[in-house]
Amino acid sequence: MQGTYVGKNCLRVDGYEKVTGKAVFSADFRMERQLYAKSVYAPKPHIRITAVNIEKALRIPGVAAVATSKNVPGANEMFGRFPAFADQEAKYTGDVIAVAAAETREAAEAAARAVEVEYEELEGLWSLDAAMQEGVSAVHPDVPDNEIEYTYFPLRKGDAEAGFLQSDTVMERSYFVGWQEQAYIEPESVVVSPASFHHGYDVYGCIQNPYTIRQNVASVMGLHQSEIRVVLTAVGGSFGGKDESVMNMAARCAVLAKMTGRPVRMDLTREESFRESSKRHPFRMNYRMGLAQDGTIKALQTKLTCQGGAYNNKAQFSNWRAVVHTAGPYRIENITADVHAKYTNTIYGGAYRGFSGPQVVFASETMVDEAAAELGMNPKDFRLHNVLREGDTIACGQLLKEGIIAAPLQKMIQELCGMADFDAKWNSFKEHNAQSKYLKKGIGLAVTYRGAGLGGEGVDCSSAMITICRDGSVQLFSGHTEMGQGMRTVHSQIAAEALGIDIKRIAFKHSDTSVTLDAGPTVASRGTQSGGRAVLHAALKLKDELLRGGEKKTGIPKEQLDVAGDSLVKQGGEVLCSFDDLVGYCVFPLGLNLSAQGWYSPGLSHIDPETQQGDCYQTYTNGVIITEITVDESTGKITVEKITIGYELGTAVNPDIAYGQLVGALAQGLGYALFEELEERNGELLSANFDEYLIPTTLDMPEVDFHLYGSENPEGPYGAKGIGELGIELIAPSIGNALYHAVGRRLRELPFNLERVKIGKALTR
Amino acid sequence: MEHKENKTAVSMTVNGKHIQAEVLPETRLLDVLREELHLLGTKEGCSIGECGACTVLMNGRTVNACMVLAGSADGAEIMTIEGVCGPEGELHPIQQAFIDAGAVHCGFCTPGMIISTLSLLMKNPQPKDDQIQEALSGNLCRCTGYHQIFKAVRLASERMHRKE
Repeated sequence: MQGTYVGKNCLRVDGYEKVTGKAVFSADFRMERQLYAKSVYAPKPHIRITAVNIEKALRIPGVAAVATSKNVPGANEMFGRFPAFADQEAKYTGDVIAVAAAETREAAEAAARAVEVEYEELEGLWSLDAAMQEGVSAVHPDVPDNEIEYTYFPLRKGDAEAGFLQSDTVMERSYFVGWQEQAYIEPESVVVSPASFHHGYDVYGCIQNPYTIRQNVASVMGLHQSEIRVVLTAVGGSFGGKDESVMNMAARCAVLAKMTGRPVRMDLTREESFRESSKRHPFRMNYRMGLAQDGTIKALQTKLTCQGGAYNNKAQFSNWRAVVHTAGPYRIENITADVHAKYTNTIYGGAYRGFSGPQVVFASETMVDEAAAELGMNPKDFRLHNVLREGDTIACGQLLKEGIIAAPLQKMIQELCGMADFDAKWNSFKEHNAQSKYLKKGIGLAVTYRGAGLGGEGVDCSSAMITICRDGSVQLFSGHTEMGQGMRTVHSQIAAEALGIDIKRIAFKHSDTSVTLDAGPTVASRGTQSGGRAVLHAALKLKDELLRGGEKKTGIPKEQLDVAGDSLVKQGGEVLCSFDDLVGYCVFPLGLNLSAQGWYSPGLSHIDPETQQGDCYQTYTNGVIITEITVDESTGKITVEKITIGYELGTAVNPDIAYGQLVGALAQGLGYALFEELEERNGELLSANFDEYLIPTTLDMPEVDFHLYGSENPEGPYGAKGIGELGIELIAPSIGNALYHAVGRRLRELPFNLERVKIGKALTR
Repeated sequence: MEHKENKTAVSMTVNGKHIQAEVLPETRLLDVLREELHLLGTKEGCSIGECGACTVLMNGRTVNACMVLAGSADGAEIMTIEGVCGPEGELHPIQQAFIDAGAVHCGFCTPGMIISTLSLLMKNPQPKDDQIQEALSGNLCRCTGYHQIFKAVRLASERMHRKE
């Protein structure tokens, strides 16, 4: 849809502060009398702690307090088994045993170094493959098989065994992907202060999910949620990551704020951020596919195993997403899929843009390419033969029907492959490669569909509040958070569109749990799709009140009135008065309430827990990518030359912001595909900063030919769908498929770094 | 901890203002800017010179302020993001171009990106695409995928060229 604001490239509402350096990020937020906190990490990844001696640390000049588990007033364990302070045992390298608070950073560092931890080293489960063996040690004694609670989900559709019996060819493949770090450029930072005007504590910081932090800090402090206030500073990127780590930091700083009566700040170094923040979950993914000779996929069986790490509060959600998407966007009648997750004595998995999507899309889109090659079919023709279309049911049984859930992939594959000249290049690159000794060219295709929003992962409810001030200016509050994705701008556009006012009237206010309403976490691409609906709800309620005021002011029935173009207008367009005058009249003499809360929830999904058949997501977004690469066979270096990409996302409320989200996600996917790898040795993290963990630079970005496809989504605000994550999924399998086209080598593990490309396996240092 | 005995005085010109500071041998230029002068627009992202969030101009050249000891900046002319605006606080064409091109997402890398762009356009007012990529290769951005930043640099270059 195209409105006054919706569908337009409005400029970011927070651009000025950010280009002038005036935006206050967490490390820039200072409080009077603040103390600096420094953590004492587990000296080895898995230890039994026999003694913690803080005496020497306390004697260091400037030290105000040193906290351990003994100082925790409430529960030491938070959601997902995370300890505020490791007590008897440290289960991974990022566990914190004590935290020192001091007048200066230097004194806090010296004190942290002076804390003496006595310990015995324990055997550990250092990898997913180790945890998948029988009879191994238990990370948590009450979970002897290391199977993370509530993470097993079966998906059943049709009769897979019968499908395999009808197949002419049955293929089995195993894929593996490791950790990925969110690598936001701003490291985590929080400040916790005794509350100014009431009992309790105020938490400030770069936080993705303030209500989660509030809940857990309250529990650690033995207080009610109402006694903890969480206020966001500017957030320097998060991508799912500023969650568990800032929760732990805030809880520890709150304990120190209680001990000292002063504000306590903790700013992580990059190395600390790598050590204690969540990562994308590793997955082992075993696929078995049955094929008929004509290229029809007859049956699919998958077994997915996720590495959770030492603690877990996300795999129960991401595993469900994984199993629901394991079959990819194909019409497969017979599917059996199972997903599990394991504890290990390692860094832990959490939310990272895409959640489990990039993992399963890598496996399924590589598998589909392998199937096409096995049958001697062109990968485009194979996908066109099998891809979902109108009238089909997807893996969880939802029906694709125009106006409800769009099925645009067949058209998108045809059009985008045409634009990218896929067929001609498929042949001409082969001719080129026969002539070229080292430099080989390849072209690869990948296709995805992605459930947008929380779906069956949880109850989705979003909040917003809009207040019109007496002078006609407008305050907008959302229960969701801005982390750089552009939500403030998009929500402002939705509010201005619905209210019929100039967007310049709107000031988007800070996230503050003492003001905003609990909207749950800002995750799962729901900020626009669900949060935008709450904004729309609030705006429409307010507009109704304004029109009631307009009726009193003009004597014209409100059904014949509208607010448009910043004025009260009569149907047909005649301007009756300015917005300012209308607001003034509503305030005095009418005394109307020009404040409204908006709330939106699609309600619970209805899903059979034995089969995952049901209305898993409200809607799905779609994507197609064609990637051209050059491989240098002498070094193993892959250069991505050009990407042609198309996404279907309903209405793009702000096409420029949608582009930025999708291309930004594409770059993260490029890093995942080519070089992002967290190396570990026996639970120790060897890659801990940007010198060892490489993320894409300006020099790595290819030419991108970008296309948006519209559709109708009756559920989204003005037809919008959530798109924050879709862009990260496709590039890894498309590069792998292009690599196979170029050199005939099939890689089933990420990243495609030099050694994997050159010799087919990873090297360890 | 205070080691007054180890401190030495340095002076430098920061955004046109003459300043003096007492610094330890290990004090970095970044610490002087952020902690002494409260110029908080210069960010710290990695502390090892990889991310470029702390990029400032030192005697007209880009440096990572986390990798420059304050002592070695004695006598230098420094420009930070706070010095990029005009005297009345008006936006520099590069800053406006970053907003207009959608090149600002989370904003944490933005000050460093703008400083690197400023340095590029001072030396090379009409850079080619590969020169833009090269000039910004020391500034990591995790949000944008860089294309909107390239667009911002081209836009700034065009507008500054037209003005001249």
